[in-house]
Amino acid sequence: MSARTARHAALALGGAVGAWLVVLNFGALGAVAWWADGPSALRGADWAAVRFTLWQALLSAALSLLLAVPIARALARRQFAGRGLLITLMGAPFILPSLVAVLGLLAVFGRGGLVNQGLGALGWGQFNIFGLHGVVLAHVFYNLPLATRILLQGWAAIPAERFRLAASLGFGPQASFRQLEWPMLRDMAPGAFLVIFLICLTSFSVALTLGGGPRATTVELAIYQAFRFDFDMGRAAVLALVQFGLCAAAGVLAWRVALPSALGGGMDRPVQRYDMGGAALRLWDSALIAGGALFLMLPLALVALRGLPHVAGLPPEVWHSAARSLFVAIGATGVTLAMALALAHAVLALGGKGGAVLEWLGLAALAASPLVVGTGLYLLIRPFANPRDLALVVTLLVNAAMALPFALRLILPALRAVRDTQGRLADSLGLHGLARLRIVTLPRLRRPLGFAAGLTAALSMGDLGVIMLFAEREGATLPMQLYRLMTAYRLDDAAGAAVVLLGASLALFWACDTWGRGHAKA
Amino acid sequence: MLKLDDVAITQEGFALHAAFSLQAGARVAVIGPSGAGKSTLLGAIAGFVPVTSGRIVWGAQDITRLPPAARPLSILFQDNNLFPHLGAAENVALGLKPSLRLTAPERAQVAQALARVGLAGYEGRRPAQLSGGQQSRVALARVLLRQKPLLLLDEPFAALGPALKAEMLALLAEICTETGATLLMVTHDIADARAIAPDVVLVAEGRAEGPFPTAALLENPPPALRAYLG
Repeated sequence: MSARTARHAALALGGAVGAWLVVLNFGALGAVAWWADGPSALRGADWAAVRFTLWQALLSAALSLLLAVPIARALARRQFAGRGLLITLMGAPFILPSLVAVLGLLAVFGRGGLVNQGLGALGWGQFNIFGLHGVVLAHVFYNLPLATRILLQGWAAIPAERFRLAASLGFGPQASFRQLEWPMLRDMAPGAFLVIFLICLTSFSVALTLGGGPRATTVELAIYQAFRFDFDMGRAAVLALVQFGLCAAAGVLAWRVALPSALGGGMDRPVQRYDMGGAALRLWDSALIAGGALFLMLPLALVALRGLPHVAGLPPEVWHSAARSLFVAIGATGVTLAMALALAHAVLALGGKGGAVLEWLGLAALAASPLVVGTGLYLLIRPFANPRDLALVVTLLVNAAMALPFALRLILPALRAVRDTQGRLADSLGLHGLARLRIVTLPRLRRPLGFAAGLTAALSMGDLGVIMLFAEREGATLPMQLYRLMTAYRLDDAAGAAVVLLGASLALFWACDTWGRGHAKA
Repeated sequence: MLKLDDVAITQEGFALHAAFSLQAGARVAVIGPSGAGKSTLLGAIAGFVPVTSGRIVWGAQDITRLPPAARPLSILFQDNNLFPHLGAAENVALGLKPSLRLTAPERAQVAQALARVGLAGYEGRRPAQLSGGQQSRVALARVLLRQKPLLLLDEPFAALGPALKAEMLALLAEICTETGATLLMVTHDIADARAIAPDVVLVAEGRAEGPFPTAALLENPPPALRAYLG
């Protein structure tokens, strides 16, 4: 293959992926707009959903960030055994199936949970996890570790020399905060806030399980309800448009602020610090770290303890749904990696404005709502086929598109680095096309590819969203099956299924990531 | 014969005009102040830097618009001459077949080339497991195997110590003799030029000219070169 053919192939493939993303993100939206009734179709409850969506996202993001600052600060200045492990674990919620997290939180904060048992023993009132505070609690559970990792990166980016200078000037903890840490936070916090706000804006499964009712329904959930319970396509479509508007507005905001990524490394090198304060401060930091770790791990430990004994006795339909989920996860992983590689090659081959547009298309799904895309696809498919028959394929494709931004962010910089360091050598040897992909590019990209594959597989395995619009009882994925067990109050089976789901997600991530780390020579 | 026929290279804030021709089999050092465009000149001949006007001709063939791999030359860069994830034998074999699907005789050829540069038995080593000198030898083995009539060197030995560099230049001279290749070598070190290049192309003040006989030029340098030599 000549250099020119290879370039054309990259552009053609990248263009095809770009066109597909346009269809998925905007074609689906077009179908939604075509079907939508006027805004008058919205009831009072729908406007309440809009208000609730914004309010809970705001609260969740603010609380996550407020709690993350002291915890990240404590982690940044303390060294202790297990510090690296704890920071790694804080990356886990990202790939944690949300229903597993919800089950864990129910075990701690639910009606018969640890907290209420304690309150009951003291003769105090009950804590009710359902409603706004439950939704916010679950979002904080999810996003506090994320925020902590983002802020830790900020702390790691403060040069060690600056702390040394501060020490030579006699800075205490307060002065260090004002002069070194606060300016960093001012830079990092808006981006972190927006990331979490965006995540919470499209919250579906948390609202489905812990929210609901007129006072705790998100727009995403309202779309689902209009769709499945009221069979009101017109109103579902208006709601989808509203949701798209919310996401687009937040996405535009996020575009102006550079979004931080919590996926990077470099957080496990503690800096030598001189502003450690006395015993009181050490105690305070230890309490914060222990509290954060407990909040993160206790719910998951309880789910595991409760569920493990019931795994063996799970009914066959759980295993069938697990097989369907594996199919979706593995398929989505293949599609995402192929799309990310094709897009990344085309972005580099095009360069300039065209490349930037293509890259933007790949990242646009960050602000997309799966249920809006799902509603659109449903409406597009319906004239030609029974959407129920395509439930798994559609779920696979939507999951692949939702994971694409993460994969692209990992793969594009790595590919750029390969081109910059080894592109000329490969050109001078006439290495093009598939031979170049096989001999140079893929081996050099193995690490980001493995990590991206792990993220995609785990996210798709645990996702509960589009499938709820499409599938019936017999076509459920594992998360959907788990949800059904929860609503049927078959809590032992639910805990068992949650363990299977958690195990499968983590195993998929671990297998892909380990593959990426293997051969990490040179 | 390599001929640069009124070649002009223009980039933002930079222009180089090159007009010279070299006999086949010549060994030429490219010298001149830093930033004058020595690497750019080699990049243009190799096909990495576009030429604004003029022609680059090898023998009877106009190679001005050919892609890098189609040009009758091998080039060694300052660094990144090897793929870090491939072993020595694979790095050499890429010079034979970019697909790396070798026949038994081709594999023997690769082993022979490695043996020729003194690296028999190092086939499976990755660049990180080789010393700087050994890495240069692997790159030279590939040059040997490619058998291209023109060899461009953009200071690939600059990071080596003096003794090692002398060794590499000696090996390079042997390879040029064996293959009959025309050598064009950028260098900062006048001693390199004296050691293996009877002729010099001077790149200074926006012009690349030559070839000049090395000894005579160094004895009586023009003002631009004098400023550079100090």
